[in-house]
Amino acid sequence: MYRILQKDRLHETVERMVIHAPFVARKCEPGQFVMVRIEEGGERIPLTIADYDREKESVTIIYQVVGYSTRLLAEKEEGDFISDFAGPLGRPVDLEPKKRVLGIGGGVGAAPLYPQIRRMKELGAEVDVILGGRTHSFIILEEEFRAFSGEVLLATNDGSAGTKGFVTDVLKQLLAEGREYDEVICIGPLPMMKAVVDITKEKGIPTGVSLNPIMIDGTGMCGGCRVTVGGETMFACVDGPDFDGLLVDFDECIRRQGMYKDMEEHICLIGREG
Amino acid sequence: MANLSKEKVRMPEQPPLLRARNFEEVALGYTPSQAMEEAERCLQCRHKPCVNGCPVEVPIPGFIQAIAAGDFEAAYRTITTENSLPAICGRVCPQESQCEGVCVRGKKGEPVAIGRLERFAADYALQSGLAGAEKPLTNGRKIAVVGGGPAGLSCAGDLAKLGYEVTIFEALHAAGGVLTYGIPEFRLPKSLVEEEIAKITELGVTIHKNVVVGRSITVDELFEEGFEAVFVGSGAGLPRFMGIEGENLNGVYSANEFLTRVNLMRAYEYPRNPTPVKTGKRVAVVGGGNVAMDAARTALRLGAEEVSIVYRRGMEELPARAEEIHHAQEEGIHFRLLNNPKRILGDGVWVTGMECVEMELGEPDASGRRSPREKAGSEFVLELDTVIIAIGQSPNPLIRQTTPGLSVQRWGGIVVEESTMETSKAGVYAGGDAVTGAATVILAMGAGKKAAKAIHESLSGASVEAE
Repeated sequence: MYRILQKDRLHETVERMVIHAPFVARKCEPGQFVMVRIEEGGERIPLTIADYDREKESVTIIYQVVGYSTRLLAEKEEGDFISDFAGPLGRPVDLEPKKRVLGIGGGVGAAPLYPQIRRMKELGAEVDVILGGRTHSFIILEEEFRAFSGEVLLATNDGSAGTKGFVTDVLKQLLAEGREYDEVICIGPLPMMKAVVDITKEKGIPTGVSLNPIMIDGTGMCGGCRVTVGGETMFACVDGPDFDGLLVDFDECIRRQGMYKDMEEHICLIGREG
Repeated sequence: MANLSKEKVRMPEQPPLLRARNFEEVALGYTPSQAMEEAERCLQCRHKPCVNGCPVEVPIPGFIQAIAAGDFEAAYRTITTENSLPAICGRVCPQESQCEGVCVRGKKGEPVAIGRLERFAADYALQSGLAGAEKPLTNGRKIAVVGGGPAGLSCAGDLAKLGYEVTIFEALHAAGGVLTYGIPEFRLPKSLVEEEIAKITELGVTIHKNVVVGRSITVDELFEEGFEAVFVGSGAGLPRFMGIEGENLNGVYSANEFLTRVNLMRAYEYPRNPTPVKTGKRVAVVGGGNVAMDAARTALRLGAEEVSIVYRRGMEELPARAEEIHHAQEEGIHFRLLNNPKRILGDGVWVTGMECVEMELGEPDASGRRSPREKAGSEFVLELDTVIIAIGQSPNPLIRQTTPGLSVQRWGGIVVEESTMETSKAGVYAGGDAVTGAATVILAMGAGKKAAKAIHESLSGASVEAE
């Protein structure tokens, strides 16, 4: 059992939890994830690690309340326990020193982006960040990024903050202004990562992405998380979850992500009362 | 007076058409009188070929004699001197190629039903609440076991009986390995696996769940924490695919994923359990081993109307246990033998079919198996909703990637000294599928036992010298 040390709400559908998980906390690195089972009999879901504290043996997760299990998780409060919290899983992301790095975070994707960009800064890079969301309140970690980034630019669909439009609009604008980046790290919904890569590929800017496919065990056994990268089948749980975005077959990822959509909707409708 | 019947006493089973729609156990086990009658068929041979045929050397004539005499507790105690998981082995061992394969009664008629008798004695012990072995006094020496599957459990059980403080590190939320996530409920009830594991923890073995050795902690760090030896039984790992077109379409599963959803996550109880599985109406399972049979029979139980096994060789070459093939046939699984998939067809999102080609068998190859080759122009298309690939696994890379000094084969299996299961790294032993590639529960258990013995010899020798 894993104790919830702290819980707060970042906006109406995104929450942050600090979990006491010594085995994960002492080894985890940016890019890695945990497999979480909220209650006995529940499903296993992968969640990326947003932060960690080795001394306090704690790990921070940030999640969007979208499905059956994240709703169940949202019902837990400080002091409650989570049944299973396995990790750290996946390869730590391979971050090499770069001069100028641009981070792009869409929605809750800003959470796994945060430790990677912070590490880039620690490695000596100048970093800028674009954060996108449906409306201003859906943008998370803005202040946390501002603490060490050069510029933090926002994009909202409704124009309530920053540019009205998508993160790609801001990206295009920056590139049009003649800004140069040695690397882009982009984490968010699949269509957003695909749209960003469409732009960076043309410009030849190396672009790292983090994939979050459907997983059952997350430890290298089920093969459900397979993705095509550079024409080869890879397993996100042991070969990823971070990949060279310029090589990822995003259409296949989007297709596979939707495999259980009807069943997920069904179980969310009937809920746990059903 | 021995029972001279040429045939085994039949074991009651659920009727095929009924069981093909439920997840209850297929084979129901002997009654005491049936077991005693079957036990009388044993000739009590003095040279005991059956014991040599058993990877863990269960004293077979001894326990059968006890059953014949009606002393079922003695039978159980006799088995458990060598076998930590008898209720499981009685159900899933390939007896026909081990103990029963060399039984003298098998020369004229059927061999003694050793597996069924082992199961009977173990079930008797579980049902009558017989206590397991007593918890031994601890010697205070710590051993780490990586993976709570058959290899790790048998290694841990044997070391605990010798007084070692054993900790099993299990990556999943439940121990048992393939017994829990792989073998279906209808062949090996999970409650029984839990009871057998409980007998091992009652010996003082600690199980740390959700710890992924190689990620959460490395083998070297286990030594730093004071473990004096490490046994790696991390299992088979990543599923193999064929590398043909269409394998990443929606509706293509590895058998590992399909079975894990159903067994470990209990997807067959969806929506009461939240993990879903999509079975479809027309299912093809590619492969001919036990895992393929399990996947096919599971698909049937989940409501598939037509389930085929697609295997590139013939009936004689099917590697699955004879009883599983027989049960699958009875339940209506269609065997498409000498057929090989060429590509998986889809509508751009989901599977719609699979193009196969007919095969014929050529001359035996180096391994003695006749290698199949395509019959030109014999391609045909199976219309399908789901394809399940059950052609094996390659070892999980985590341990080898994070353990300097550990030699592995080119295909990833850990290299061991076969008599002791010792690896190239001092103090590290390994066994089970992590060493052999996908094999059987009992071979993994045999390896765990052998390693336990070698660890004890090495450590007790060392401590004597130290004194």
